[in-house]
Amino acid sequence: MRVDLSWIDYLIMIIYFLFVLGIGWFLRKFMKNANAFLEAGRSMPAWVAGLAFISTNLGALEVMGMTGSGMKYGMLTTHFYWIGAIPAMIFLALFMMPFYYGSKARSVPEFLKLRYDEKTRALNAILFAVMTVLASGISMYALALLMENVLGWNFDLSLWVSALIVLGYTYLGGLSSAIYNEVLQFFIIVIGLLPLVFLALKDVGGWVGLKAQLAPIATARGFAPETFTTTWSHTGTAASNPLGVEWYGILFGLGFVLSFGYWCTNFLIVQRAFAAESKAAARKVPLIGALPKMFIPFLIIVPGIIALALSNDPGKGFVIPADPGGGLNYNLTIIMLLKQYLPAGVLGLGITALLASFMSGMAGNVSAFNTVWTYDIYQSYMRPRTGDEEADGKHYLKVGRITTVVGILLSIASAYVAGKFGNIMDFLQTIFSLINAPLFAVIFLGMFWKRTTGHAAFWGLLLGFLLALLHHGLTIPAGATSLVKGGWIATLHTYPVEMAQNFWTAIIAFVVSTTVTIGLTLVTKQKKSDAELTGLVYALTPRTLDDKDLKWYQRPIGLAILVGVIFLVLTIMFW
Amino acid sequence: MVDIRIPIGLMFSIVGVLITGFGFFTMSNTEMYHKSLGVNVNIIMGILMLVFGLIMLFFAFRKKKKV
Repeated sequence: MRVDLSWIDYLIMIIYFLFVLGIGWFLRKFMKNANAFLEAGRSMPAWVAGLAFISTNLGALEVMGMTGSGMKYGMLTTHFYWIGAIPAMIFLALFMMPFYYGSKARSVPEFLKLRYDEKTRALNAILFAVMTVLASGISMYALALLMENVLGWNFDLSLWVSALIVLGYTYLGGLSSAIYNEVLQFFIIVIGLLPLVFLALKDVGGWVGLKAQLAPIATARGFAPETFTTTWSHTGTAASNPLGVEWYGILFGLGFVLSFGYWCTNFLIVQRAFAAESKAAARKVPLIGALPKMFIPFLIIVPGIIALALSNDPGKGFVIPADPGGGLNYNLTIIMLLKQYLPAGVLGLGITALLASFMSGMAGNVSAFNTVWTYDIYQSYMRPRTGDEEADGKHYLKVGRITTVVGILLSIASAYVAGKFGNIMDFLQTIFSLINAPLFAVIFLGMFWKRTTGHAAFWGLLLGFLLALLHHGLTIPAGATSLVKGGWIATLHTYPVEMAQNFWTAIIAFVVSTTVTIGLTLVTKQKKSDAELTGLVYALTPRTLDDKDLKWYQRPIGLAILVGVIFLVLTIMFW
Repeated sequence: MVDIRIPIGLMFSIVGVLITGFGFFTMSNTEMYHKSLGVNVNIIMGILMLVFGLIMLFFAFRKKKKV
């Protein structure tokens, strides 16, 4: 499975590293206070923040994982990009962003503090900070392992060098540098993977040829012939598609709970919109991000589907290496495809694209961790503002910089822990991902129901999380051999596939959280006055048209309609 | 602040020229392009990157003049 690189491939990589660090270097002189460093001075144009928004989401584990899922589930994987992203992104842009941006909160935990109370903020800030460090550690470990196995690089060296480059540019230029580099990385990911899609499609005889080759594979597995090339057609029952989930599970689990939980409340993503230059720009950020998002499946999922056809055609000599457990190591799908089709030159570009996706994901984690630690933990509990704005700005800038170094060192540490106790890390990450669905319930109720109280929000968040945990401990996907996948208390129910378990865990978290928050709101007293809630709650916020000077396509609503139409066309085309 | 289109434009132009040059240099190497189904992807991607890079630079500097 070794891929050999030549001098030109290394040269392309080095040029990329120089540009990434160079951007940080040029931005360093603009970093005069904490506001510039941690919030990018709220000065980003909508298109820059919008591309960064989508680039942060396009981390290395996402790219490798989604190509692998393409090979496992076929076109059904696009549900993660279409129904599982677009409606949530439109909702975030049109209905939530005015309150997020208008509240002047600098982070999602801070929004919780403004809308609810201190304890709700603390709970969210601490869970979020731990989650970001874990996530960047796990992806760093995966990347270094990949570089060791495939490119033959030294594990420690690739880990430290990639971490130090990210540290370099985020330390120098803070959030601005992370965002600028994410835009650069976005274009590199697209251009770097583009030749792969064209060559692979050409090889299998285009979409028509691909369909013909996948039909016998689908029938052999007991599915209808076109299962791998359709999205909704075969979701009548869970057993009729490889995803193992029926249409209402996809619609409610993925299309509502998981996607709204992720896109509307994950500070890692939302922070990019907070950095926009105006409220109208902030509302456009998720919509500008949604435009490329809808087409990314053709770049990373379609090659995975082609890999499925290739691996069943002995003449192609295409093999996915096995993982130690005996199954196929699906995460290597994209690398094996790069090896199959790309000659020296564009191969370097493809590998650089993977490195770029790793960096955009990691810098996202680092900059979000930074902001939450500095503002929501350090400024709130350790050293409050003194009132001297200038001195404070300098002080928190210094803290932000130190936090960048500490955050990256913690990520490196967790990467080594992941190497030693991989299962424990996977388990922790699963657990922390349970926080999103309850968080969405609590923020949504807070924005649209002025009565929702702080106590109710806190307990809604906590109990939603704990019950999701309980569900995970009592159920298990079929064939799971380790307790990491669930069933660590007892096994009351067995799901046909892991995906179904994930969906239902999130649905339970959301339902419990909503019920608890509504229930407790009815029996507790609202401590916040209407004046305090102005700008945070829909009913108490005067609606001003800040975009009436813009042309229809420049307004958020115009863009939202455009995104919605493209989404519908794609859904129908690949129904 | 710095216009992000300048570094993007510069990087894509430089890498574009590099890959196009490499593509021309290796044009006769049919064994190397056997992988890519006989297509010289280096020349195609190189030119594509160069064009993209120049477009980025064009818009970055056009805006500068106006200000």
